[in-house]
Amino acid sequence: MAALTDLTLAQLKATLDRKEASAVEVAEAHLKKLDEHRALNAFITETPDRAREMAKASDARRAKGEAALLEGVPLAIKDLFCTEGVQTTAGSHILEGFVPHYESTVTANLWKAGAVMVGKTNLDEFAMGSSNMTSYFGGVENPWKKHGDNRKLVPGGSSGGSAAVVAAYMVPGSTGTDTGGSIRQPAAFCGIVGLKPTYGRCSRWGVVAFASSLDQPGPFARTVEDSALLLQGMAGHDPKDSTSAPLAVPDFAAAARNPDIKGLRVGIPREYRVEGTAAEIAALWDKGMEMLKSAGAVPVEVSLPHTKYALPAYYIVAPAECSSNLARYDGVRFGQRVPGKDLIEMYENTRGAGFGKEVRRRIMIGTYVLSAGYYDAYYKKAQQIRALIARDFKQAFEKCDVLLTPTAPTAAFAAGEKMDDPVTMYLNDMFTIPASMAGLPGISVPAGVDKDGLPLGLQIIGRAFDEETMLRAAAALEKAAAFNLRPAGY
Amino acid sequence: MSLDKDTVARIARLARLKVPDEELAPLADELSGIFAWIEQLNEVDTKNVEPMSSVSDVTLPQREDKVTDGGIAEKILANAPGGAVYIEPTDKNAGGFFTVPKVVE
Repeated sequence: MAALTDLTLAQLKATLDRKEASAVEVAEAHLKKLDEHRALNAFITETPDRAREMAKASDARRAKGEAALLEGVPLAIKDLFCTEGVQTTAGSHILEGFVPHYESTVTANLWKAGAVMVGKTNLDEFAMGSSNMTSYFGGVENPWKKHGDNRKLVPGGSSGGSAAVVAAYMVPGSTGTDTGGSIRQPAAFCGIVGLKPTYGRCSRWGVVAFASSLDQPGPFARTVEDSALLLQGMAGHDPKDSTSAPLAVPDFAAAARNPDIKGLRVGIPREYRVEGTAAEIAALWDKGMEMLKSAGAVPVEVSLPHTKYALPAYYIVAPAECSSNLARYDGVRFGQRVPGKDLIEMYENTRGAGFGKEVRRRIMIGTYVLSAGYYDAYYKKAQQIRALIARDFKQAFEKCDVLLTPTAPTAAFAAGEKMDDPVTMYLNDMFTIPASMAGLPGISVPAGVDKDGLPLGLQIIGRAFDEETMLRAAAALEKAAAFNLRPAGY
Repeated sequence: MSLDKDTVARIARLARLKVPDEELAPLADELSGIFAWIEQLNEVDTKNVEPMSSVSDVTLPQREDKVTDGGIAEKILANAPGGAVYIEPTDKNAGGFFTVPKVVE
């Protein structure tokens, strides 16, 4: 029998259902992996005691015949989800030591579905970054390395820890959040599947807010089916999030088990052929379309004319919302406090010491674009461009059912690279941000490797609230690409 | 768009962020670079385009105006960094408060 930690989430579920292993045994096997690979720095907080306790309770439920969807499955949770009684930092010094007295809706849904928490994963500070290098708790190491090159690579970001732990077989699945690509880009860098649902599919309640009109929780897993199972466990209407969609949760896993895409129209947006994309990624994109075509799909060239403006518009909208959301870190109600001679100085000292450089930069961009006299020139302009981007997608989806694009312009880069100029780092998300701006679902599927042996991902973008078609296409791509590599030593 | 040191200091004040003096000039350069890159948005004609503030095209749900939770003062005060005072529900001043530096002389 294969090791418990080598199984996919669906296989693990079946193993537990057949009573070939108990949830406690499954938890112990994965906790051992956490011990082995601690050097990756993928967790901010490990919760072995909580995991054992939850696994025991899961076994008890199963014994009573009450096994739920994810019964006994160990998961890692991005440290942006508030977890009752477990420190939640958002990767920031300002929240160090913060222990929520409530549980986020998404994690509560997962626990209700029987899942077991092994720990809280590292991330870019307040989910702002594409490399995990902005975390107060240090960068995460990508388990993948270039052939014949021992340099540490970044796992991508912001959900870098959540991607690394799945790629390193420490857990079969994890949660992330995606504001501009924070699930899809790290999934591509780590050779796994990452799914950003439609905005509104998963509740944002209890998730530390970055940019509220863009933030969306989603899963990481090693297969498309596993990501669908997790999404099924996470999603659902929540009255506590006014932007949560009042829709029933479809059988996502069934969609993912049905890679029949005969006649499916796959749009190829011509504006995504841009300078700065690695030649191998452009080639993989063509190959991906050939694979889908062989599986019966019909390629359609489409145009998304405002693509190049999505990134700069995002860097107005997201910082504006961030500057407003992060105003709550004032040293009064939670988190760190640095004293000052009066109230204002206390605020300034607390926030000056508590936030890292990237977060400070974005708060300042946001404060500036929202300040008197600049609102129309920046914020309103960006919102108008956002409307044009959404319209582009709407028109494209009249001609096709899903879109196929690269996930990121490059493979994983070395730790410390792209740190000199913020815009260079921002360009990592050029292929993921447009769908975020339009609130559309996107999934990254590992589809090949580059000449250095590093994994590359392709992105499938779906219509709003049509994750099922997106999952079918992703499953077909997964089947054709047959990506079955794992990082050496993991 | 180029930001000078004084503008950066003003933004820092508005954002309630203490930025050491020696970091103001490099931060001004950095932010100017980002805004120069953002300038490309001016190429886009947005006349008569309705600004989009949310992707969900549904109107926000409303509910009956009544208290649906409460009685958790102790939990809310539990993470206060500067110390907080919790007052038991049995006391006539039930609830509690956060503490801040003296505001009124």
